[in-house]
Amino acid sequence: MSQSAIFKGVVVPYLLLAPQLLVTAIFFFWPAAQAIWQSLLREDAFGLNSEFVWFENFIEVVTDPTWLDAAFRTLFFSAAVAALALGSALFLAVQADRNIRGATTYKTLLVWPYAVAPAVAAVLWLFMFHPNIGIFGRALNAMGIAWDYKLNGGQAMGLVILASAWKQVSYNFIFFLAGLQSIPKSVLEAAAIDGASPRYRFWTIIFPLLSPTAFFLLVVNLTYAFFETFGVIHSLTQGGPGKATETLIYRAYTDGVMNLNLGTSAAQSVILMLLVVALTFVQFRFIERRVHY
Amino acid sequence: MRGRNIWPHVWLVLGVLIFSFPIYITLIGSTHDGATIGRGDVPLLPGTHALENYAQAWGAGGGRYMGTPAVSMLANSLAMALLIAGGKIVISLLSAFAVVFFRFPGRMICFWAIFITLMLPVEVRIIPTFEVMVNLSLVNTMAGLVIPLIASATATLLFRQFFLTIPPEFVEAAKIDGAGPMRFFRDVVLPLSVTNIAALFVILFIYGWNQYLWPLLIINDRGLETIIVGLTKMIGGGDSQNEWNVIMATAVMALLPPVGVVLLMQRWFIKGLVETEK
Repeated sequence: MSQSAIFKGVVVPYLLLAPQLLVTAIFFFWPAAQAIWQSLLREDAFGLNSEFVWFENFIEVVTDPTWLDAAFRTLFFSAAVAALALGSALFLAVQADRNIRGATTYKTLLVWPYAVAPAVAAVLWLFMFHPNIGIFGRALNAMGIAWDYKLNGGQAMGLVILASAWKQVSYNFIFFLAGLQSIPKSVLEAAAIDGASPRYRFWTIIFPLLSPTAFFLLVVNLTYAFFETFGVIHSLTQGGPGKATETLIYRAYTDGVMNLNLGTSAAQSVILMLLVVALTFVQFRFIERRVHY
Repeated sequence: MRGRNIWPHVWLVLGVLIFSFPIYITLIGSTHDGATIGRGDVPLLPGTHALENYAQAWGAGGGRYMGTPAVSMLANSLAMALLIAGGKIVISLLSAFAVVFFRFPGRMICFWAIFITLMLPVEVRIIPTFEVMVNLSLVNTMAGLVIPLIASATATLLFRQFFLTIPPEFVEAAKIDGAGPMRFFRDVVLPLSVTNIAALFVILFIYGWNQYLWPLLIINDRGLETIIVGLTKMIGGGDSQNEWNVIMATAVMALLPPVGVVLLMQRWFIKGLVETEK
């Protein structure tokens, strides 16, 4: 922007920035710095004394087999949620893109689950799959399958994955549909005239052109599964039975809030922060690339 | 040709049915009496107890251990969502305006300081942020619920990007006419930003309404309980003996406002969703 297109003054811009910077400093940087500082300290049981222990908390966290279990569980959970939410959204978006009448109506009918809070999604699914009162829970039991997500860890995990993915499909659907609609129809027609079958057209033209969108959505879905699904897990299974649905974020919460283990909880927070930094970095690298498409 | 086009419809109708079923069964659950649901006989058609269920949820609450009336929880959620959305939009508009239309020392540092908060979602800094709240005695207050969530890198980035598209001639013209920066902000920038503000508002309202972990930590005063946290507290361990009819009525009330906003403002919603992820 040229020199004549900006306003003079130094005080005014600082005043304009002040609210945002103040909130950022107090509620982002201060706690983040404290998390890093605390992750290097160890307090005694009464919180009276603390000593500087370097990376002992981190070593304790990453060598704890139950934490490693939670880490692998989180990977499995996130991969399952992302695969389910991306797969079904892509399938539905391809159907809606086929030049059919009523595409807008279908869009309206499919987008609203986005607005349902993860915790509320959990309540809806609990009501369907409750072993005694849920319509599907009872049906499963009537068929002779011993269904009780409060006792069976695998079933609990399945239910948490379903509830989490259900909510995320509409988001993916919107982006996939937009991506599909931006593919020039002339290219597809040309391929069709050359005798390419619909399946061949999908895998050789549509899918490669859609891959930037798909990759972007993958990062968003993984971030969602890592962090935002706390509400689903907390209201549906509380990490249980046992630790069957305890993800990393849930673990950091129980260690810090329930067990008041400040040092290791802070170390876990720092590890999670690094994870977000990595994911954000990947996402922005990719967005830079997307500009060239 | 017509015959071959039937499959997409079949799949889409199937998809819509699968995705709507959880809501449908919740609506049905909210129209029967507690005993019917407790026995496990949830029918597939509406019952006749809708009015009393909603009345109880609205005015008295449910659950075996405590009852917070939904009307108070809804009011809290509404206040939280509006304050978060409004607050984020106001402070982001101001800071994006400062970064785009002024040149001052430390401009890029300020920009990056805001940008980097993208990497610190509330979930990863739970405990330390909670301590800050205790130090500032903001626990159990509406301010404590809202203020930590109103810093927004996403909104600032969006407005910055949009402000960069405002032609420099507008600024020059304003300066020739003798308008100061705030006059320019009010008479030119704000009117041009209306579409973006509307789109962002829809997204942020949903974000604010659906907050879970933060209210769970900060609020233990029932007078400030939000509907989402209150709803899951009603469920507790998920007993069959719960007043499921009242819980389902509360669930409907908890999801209606954000879903309504999405359906009524769908155009803004999709625009906001796509823009904020750029």
